[in-house]
Amino acid sequence: MIDRIVADSSSSSPFYFWGYFMDHRHQDLAWLWDHVYLSLIPVVAGLIIALPLGYLARRYRWVYPPMVSVMGLLYTIPSIALFVLVPPVFGLKALDPKQVPIALTVYSVALLVRVVADGLAAVPEDVAQAATAMGFGRLRRLISVELPIAVPVVAAGLRVATVSNVSLVAVAGTIGQDNLGRLFDEGKNLSTTGPYYPPIVLGIVLCVLLALVFDLIIVLGTRMLTPWRRVVIGR
Amino acid sequence: MIRFDSVTKTYPDGTVAVDSLSLEAPSGKITVFVGPSGCGKTTSLRMINRMIDPTAGTIWLDDKDTSQLPATELRRQIGYVIQHAGLFPHRTILDNIATVPYLLGWDKKKARSRALELMERVGLPTHFAKRYPVQLSGGQQQRVGVARALAADPPVMLMDEPFSAVDPVVRDQLQEEFLRLQSELGKTIVFVTHDIDEAIKLGDQVAVLRVGGHLAQLASPAELLNEPVDAFVAGFVGRDRGYRALGFSTAGTLSTRDEETVRLGADIPSGSSDGWLLVVDDQAEPQGWLRLDSIPAGSSTVTDAILHRGGTLARQGGSLRSALDAALSSPTGRGVVVDGDGRLVGSVTASQVLELIEGREQVRT
Repeated sequence: MIDRIVADSSSSSPFYFWGYFMDHRHQDLAWLWDHVYLSLIPVVAGLIIALPLGYLARRYRWVYPPMVSVMGLLYTIPSIALFVLVPPVFGLKALDPKQVPIALTVYSVALLVRVVADGLAAVPEDVAQAATAMGFGRLRRLISVELPIAVPVVAAGLRVATVSNVSLVAVAGTIGQDNLGRLFDEGKNLSTTGPYYPPIVLGIVLCVLLALVFDLIIVLGTRMLTPWRRVVIGR
Repeated sequence: MIRFDSVTKTYPDGTVAVDSLSLEAPSGKITVFVGPSGCGKTTSLRMINRMIDPTAGTIWLDDKDTSQLPATELRRQIGYVIQHAGLFPHRTILDNIATVPYLLGWDKKKARSRALELMERVGLPTHFAKRYPVQLSGGQQQRVGVARALAADPPVMLMDEPFSAVDPVVRDQLQEEFLRLQSELGKTIVFVTHDIDEAIKLGDQVAVLRVGGHLAQLASPAELLNEPVDAFVAGFVGRDRGYRALGFSTAGTLSTRDEETVRLGADIPSGSSDGWLLVVDDQAEPQGWLRLDSIPAGSSTVTDAILHRGGTLARQGGSLRSALDAALSSPTGRGVVVDGDGRLVGSVTASQVLELIEGREQVRT
């Protein structure tokens, strides 16, 4: 109720989002934090699951086409439907806090399996052969030769998965899970007599900023992990 | 010593890649597998370190049956060099070379100092240590490949067309250095190539394989050139094998004729007995020929630019082939002979060399 009174007393101009943020910063920052971990946990979990699956798709070539098709199909399930489907499938209560991370992990896996398989395929055949011939075991070769070389391809996929997660988390705000998506709900609820833009614009701005920050972190991390690529660019 | 004992490789589709191959690659020697594509030479090589498992037969490494050893352990004691080097793009040159020592659990400091030592050994500047493979030329990468294979000082080296992806000049250089290195290290080497000239140049013994993985002939290079066992081998070793075989016969000490010489940088003399003068530098190393009747106008001293560089040099005590080639390639018809340090000894003519060749034939028959 207090929210509404304050909102009503303020401007409804789209550019009032900063004032709106200052007025509700405790709530907004809490939602921002929710948004941060809800976007990140699925990418990390998705990568951990996608690594062995992607490896299988690379190791046994016949696995690759069906695996990629299934992953493509998973990605086409509308997010709102997936949020609703997760609790019954995973035996959770409706609006369980794990509902969103689990659904988004499915999307991340769907994106990253193919990326991991393609990244491993980008390891030159003679490099892999040389590693085996020098006495690397299979696991050791994967960890210390193939994965490091696959980093640029996998990182490109991580960027897509992370940014798309930031936008998908917001959808979960509309079914009542706390995150920046709640700002859009607020905007809708506050548009009683006319459209009330500030929380909606604030939600968009924060989502975009968050996506930019994540993207930058992944790009910098990739640069740190791949010093050998910088020397090429540097020439 | 590596011994193939009736080794056969048949693929599931029925293709026979290697057919009952039996041969021995003696310790400390270079054995070359050579043949057209599809002759099973690479398959045979890869069966030694079990990159490919034989369908039948046994490969012995000294007195051990290789199929009884753990594959990774076996491979760490066998150096392996391949065509495009196959360096790890994400590791520095130093860490690439130290790969096997790391795998064997050497401490980092020892592995790296060994790697640095090898860089010098294969002729790489040590300031390349922190570079990445992509910053090196093909020939330099191949040197790193050889250094990497040598890092843990394995008794055995397998080399799969290691020099075929670099340009001819660099290839020649790498081959020479490889022979020099081998004369110091004395590894047991199995070397695969499709290039018969490379096989003859590098091999202590050469195994010629024919399509379908049959061994056609196993012999020393000279024997291969002089006595090819059948039409296939004769055709494969090539047309000018009579001439190339001379490369394996020593000319003995050539009785040379003295040459009139002039030093580089000296005034151009007015005449000589036949209009040609041999130009040498201050160390008495031959530089080229000077043709007195075609000196460009305005030249008064002997400079690099006016030399005729047609002739190759023969080393005293070298092969009949190099002696004959020196004579044939010389613009004066006189081949220049030098001593072991590259200093002028004198000259020989083609007919002198041919006399030696004919004398040799008479001794043999």
